[in-house]
Amino acid sequence: MVKQWFKSGSPWIWMTGGAVSISLISVLGLLAMIAWKGLSFFWPSEVVQLELQGSVAKQTVIGEVYDRELVAKSRIEATGVDLSHYDKEQLERLLIKTGNREYVDLDFRWVLETDITSRTAPAELAVFERSKNGNFYGYVEQVIKDGEVITDNKIEVLYDLVDRAVDLNDQALDLQNGDIGHINYELERLRLKEKAYQLDNELTDERVAELAQTRAELRAEYAVLEKQLFALRKEAKRDQVTVKDMRGEVVTLPLYQVLDVWFPNDMGFFAKLGHYFVQLGKFVADDPREANTEGGVFPAIFGTVFMVLLMAVIVTPFGVVAAIYLHEYAAKNAITKMIRIAVINLAGVPSIVYGVFGLGFFVYMLGGSIDQLFYPESSPSPVFGTPGVIWSALTLAILTLPVVIVSTEEGLSRIPSTVRHGSLALGATKAETLWRIIIPMASPAIMTGLILAVARAAGEVAPLMLVGVVKMAPTLPLDGNFPYVHLDRKFMHLGFHIYDVGFQSPNVEAARPLVYATAFLLVSVIIALNITAIGIRNHLREKFRALEH
Amino acid sequence: MTSNPNKPTFHTDRSRLFKDRFAEWGISAGGVMVLIALLLIFFYLLYVVQPIFESAKVETRNSVKLDNASEIVGLGIEEQTEVAFLLGEKGNVDFYNVEKAQFGKKITTLNTELPSDVSSFARSAPFQNQYGYGLENGSVVIVSPKFLVTFPNNERKLTPRLDYPLGDLALEVDDQGAAITKFAFSHYEDKTAVVALTADKRVLFSSFVGEENMFTGEVEWVVERTELDIEGRVDELLISPDTTRTFIRSANQIYVYDTRYPSEVELIQLLAANEENANLVSTQLLAGANSLMLANDNGEVSQWFEVNTEDGREFQKIRAFETTKQSKLNIFTEFYRRTFFTAGANGELGIYYTTSEAKLWQGKVSEGPIQNFAIAPRSNAALILADDALKVIEIHNEHPEVTWSALWQEVWYEGYPEPAYIWQSTSASDDFESKFSLVPISFGTIKAAMYAMLFAVPIALSAAIYTAYFMSSELRKVVKPTVEIMEALPTVILGFLAGLWLAPLIEEHLPAIVGLLVLLPIGILLTAFGWNKLPASIRHRVPEGSHSILLIPVVIFIGWLSFAMSNSIELWMFDGNVRQYLTNELGMTFDQRNSLVVGIAMGFAVIPTIFSIAEDAVFSVPKHLSNGSLALGATQWQTLVRVVLLTASPGIFSAVMMGLGRAVGETMIVLMATGNTPIMDWSIFQGMRTLAANIAVEMPESEVGSSHYRILFLAAFVLFIFTFVFNTVAEFVRQQLREKYSSM
Repeated sequence: MVKQWFKSGSPWIWMTGGAVSISLISVLGLLAMIAWKGLSFFWPSEVVQLELQGSVAKQTVIGEVYDRELVAKSRIEATGVDLSHYDKEQLERLLIKTGNREYVDLDFRWVLETDITSRTAPAELAVFERSKNGNFYGYVEQVIKDGEVITDNKIEVLYDLVDRAVDLNDQALDLQNGDIGHINYELERLRLKEKAYQLDNELTDERVAELAQTRAELRAEYAVLEKQLFALRKEAKRDQVTVKDMRGEVVTLPLYQVLDVWFPNDMGFFAKLGHYFVQLGKFVADDPREANTEGGVFPAIFGTVFMVLLMAVIVTPFGVVAAIYLHEYAAKNAITKMIRIAVINLAGVPSIVYGVFGLGFFVYMLGGSIDQLFYPESSPSPVFGTPGVIWSALTLAILTLPVVIVSTEEGLSRIPSTVRHGSLALGATKAETLWRIIIPMASPAIMTGLILAVARAAGEVAPLMLVGVVKMAPTLPLDGNFPYVHLDRKFMHLGFHIYDVGFQSPNVEAARPLVYATAFLLVSVIIALNITAIGIRNHLREKFRALEH
Repeated sequence: MTSNPNKPTFHTDRSRLFKDRFAEWGISAGGVMVLIALLLIFFYLLYVVQPIFESAKVETRNSVKLDNASEIVGLGIEEQTEVAFLLGEKGNVDFYNVEKAQFGKKITTLNTELPSDVSSFARSAPFQNQYGYGLENGSVVIVSPKFLVTFPNNERKLTPRLDYPLGDLALEVDDQGAAITKFAFSHYEDKTAVVALTADKRVLFSSFVGEENMFTGEVEWVVERTELDIEGRVDELLISPDTTRTFIRSANQIYVYDTRYPSEVELIQLLAANEENANLVSTQLLAGANSLMLANDNGEVSQWFEVNTEDGREFQKIRAFETTKQSKLNIFTEFYRRTFFTAGANGELGIYYTTSEAKLWQGKVSEGPIQNFAIAPRSNAALILADDALKVIEIHNEHPEVTWSALWQEVWYEGYPEPAYIWQSTSASDDFESKFSLVPISFGTIKAAMYAMLFAVPIALSAAIYTAYFMSSELRKVVKPTVEIMEALPTVILGFLAGLWLAPLIEEHLPAIVGLLVLLPIGILLTAFGWNKLPASIRHRVPEGSHSILLIPVVIFIGWLSFAMSNSIELWMFDGNVRQYLTNELGMTFDQRNSLVVGIAMGFAVIPTIFSIAEDAVFSVPKHLSNGSLALGATQWQTLVRVVLLTASPGIFSAVMMGLGRAVGETMIVLMATGNTPIMDWSIFQGMRTLAANIAVEMPESEVGSSHYRILFLAAFVLFIFTFVFNTVAEFVRQQLREKYSSM
């Protein structure tokens, strides 16, 4: 019976079916996990107060329950903990995020379930998000406004004061990066200009005087702005709040370091939802803090988008021209066929190889020559002879060129020859047919190729590590300083951000949720792009199928 | 063109024709340029790699006759190879311009301040640039020619001067005041050591440590002298630059002394180091001072260094180099690299590199014997004193350390107990012996790809077969794009999940992973059998070709079960800790980021590639073939195995090749999911370093144009060729298959 069943082959069919199930579960499970871990991070989770006694000295721990796991009793006992009173084989331990980084050794600690004597979630527990040292958990004791202790409605006042400090800090930052940054940039340009004159032996006394005067003007302006900046900073430092932490000590937190304060145990669902979206918004729009382990990812989003757009601008014309040449003009012979196969195969060449090529050819050879020719005054510090956003875009353009060529060619070959012949028969030249008939009809295919190229480029990290990406770029490649677009600058990238924060940061545990959030952002962008491309392609196929009949 | 009155004319004809031509020309030019640009990748990589396989070149710059050539005892050249200096036997130092333009012009002569007559001369290791005069009164003076660089009128100007590294003090080597007839010295940080043979045949090791007097600021020398007991004559004395070892050659024997502690100088080895039927003629220390180079009168030069043996560290003969047989053969070494030069009595110069066992160049540079030789600091030129003339040769020898054998064969590196494959490209010190074996990282690449394929191929191919052949078409429309979307998933995300989520998970739940491997097939078979036993009325309610949907809950359940049971299994079988069990009981090292993690993560990355191509191949097998088989009474499975798969096998092969190509070149996953240690071990619980990850890690730090930089380009080139060939084969097979199908 069983033997016959095996002979029928049906179990093997089930096995192959099982492989499909495994693939599906892994794909969907992976995406679901990234989404869940990435999105749940912003939810204001409960802050618990645990009283501990047992294997550790009697103490209070306040924090968020970050993770939990089952461990064998014997393994805990091996570390010298006495668990003789505990009769199960396994016990649970909790990973608590305790924050308050400057007052405790580790801001994450494992707590054994057996040590917990009580667990509460008092509504008065506050969470302070700070610009330095991460979160702070504790009870608000006193709110001090300009040296004066607030007695009435202190929480309301606290909210106002935090908003005020954040506002002042923002103003100071704007001033520093905007106007003051601009002056520094101009001063540097003056220095280079002077050096350029010197190199060309054109530094006349007149020019020296002129430069000195501009410099003096800028310095005067700088002094004024600097005074404003210091005033703002002083204003921001006015208020404090005192907080009782889990050690029972009262700690003074200066409000200029506090970015936000909330009471998660006191929040209803909608309050939490509101807070959730505020945090999500901050993640997308803020700059990173604390060596990228906190704050937002705005520069990385900006860098990724800017680089990818630049790449799209470069790759589209070249890819389309090459595809049109291959399909419309090149002789239909073995050589063309070989070239076509070679182009397809270039898409399979490892991306790191393109990175190596980009570094050697674009950065050192091309960039080095540009520096020698046009920027002798900057020497020895390179301008274009160092990794930068333009080289990254060019490298990825070469990397994605095959994608665009293949996709465009496919679009061209789907256009029925009847359409082409009709146009030619009506007296149009080949160029006119191409321009008026073929390219408009192939444009969705070109679009598909472009989207696929963009999706591939957005996720590619290995080559960028060689040709221009950095963990922290002080300035964006686009700003208010002449010439506004700075193609020589290094940039930040979502994919590299994931690699850097997840693997190079000193506090991986604290950074992990942020990495998941970044990963989710990247994945959703790329999958959305791919689904769009697939949609366009399917639509196109339907359209031409209708044409053929 | 003849005009035809009947032909209708359009006044725009010419411009339209012009536009058409222009478009054709423009597009063709553009298209060809783009294709050439793609070809450029190949040629550019080759262009960067190619210099490492070039052998050394030697050109003569110029030479100048000297009238005091026989009195010259030492020579050297400044870093830019513009000025040479010759040290005379009386302490006079002549500076010559050796630039192309004013070659041979004497710049100046400076005199070393010597308190007594000179009786002997010695030079330090090349990079120390120090020269010593042994005196009749038993003391030694150390002098170092230096150049002051100034830029008057934006022109570089060198002003020679003489430096005395020990102040202007003569070191009193022999307190009995006998003349020094032979000696060697080294001045290293605050220590100075001299080993000397005196006129009355005593061999003295003296160590001088300078101590600054706190009050007067004067340096006081603390001297310690030891008399060494040597039987027979003393031919040569050598001291390592860091003063830890002293070597004394007496005929064919070499006395090796440990001179780390001046108060306890100890003879650690006595080598009989000559080749069979030959005698030693000279010795020299290689850069880095770990290797002793010995020249024999039969023309053989042997390299010896200390190796850990059962009796402790001992000097052993490692390898030998053949030169021409001649009566006198001197050895000279470079500043930092392991290159050495042989200068013979017959005027022949040889250039060799020890690590790569390469003979880089050999040729006659003079008529008579080469009297003296000095290499430039950047190893790009050398001075030769021969035929009563000073000759400057230019040496082009940028990458002596790279040869085919150094890259791909076992090499015996200094300090290692045996020849090995090692990749260790950089270190803090200048005189580091770089170890450029591509074997460990190629091995890592193959290992990673193999584990990935082990994981991916069964799942991807089975899934492809089912999707193409058994699955209902509505379901297929959903399933195929879902799996394919994974191909677009950035590998940095897979790598991050592998490193930060999967690796700890596997470490904690190792039994669960093994359990999954066993339980999944069993569970699926049991479900299938149970389904088979269900009454037909229920079975027929579910449409054909949805086995995989039915199996989804089963797979999830088994997954949950494996993880739920993992801890109990661990407790029951491995005392609650599998890692410890593996290490203690089975002696296996367990890295958290290991091949298993890489295999799974990279397997995930290649599943969509293989799945997509294989599915296409199976799906496009002409339907009449399978219908024919089914009509003849074969079962579904028989038809699949004997007809469909056989027909589609080239396509499946090409799918696997494409997958392999992707696995070989994958960078981010390997970078993040392994420890990136270049070890050679097939163990599934250890990591590896792959070619691609190696490039990503080391490229940003490598110096442009260095051997390291070019070898990384070579690694990229190897990857390029490898994947390109694999993909071309796969693509070619696929195209053939497509033609075959269309003719069926």
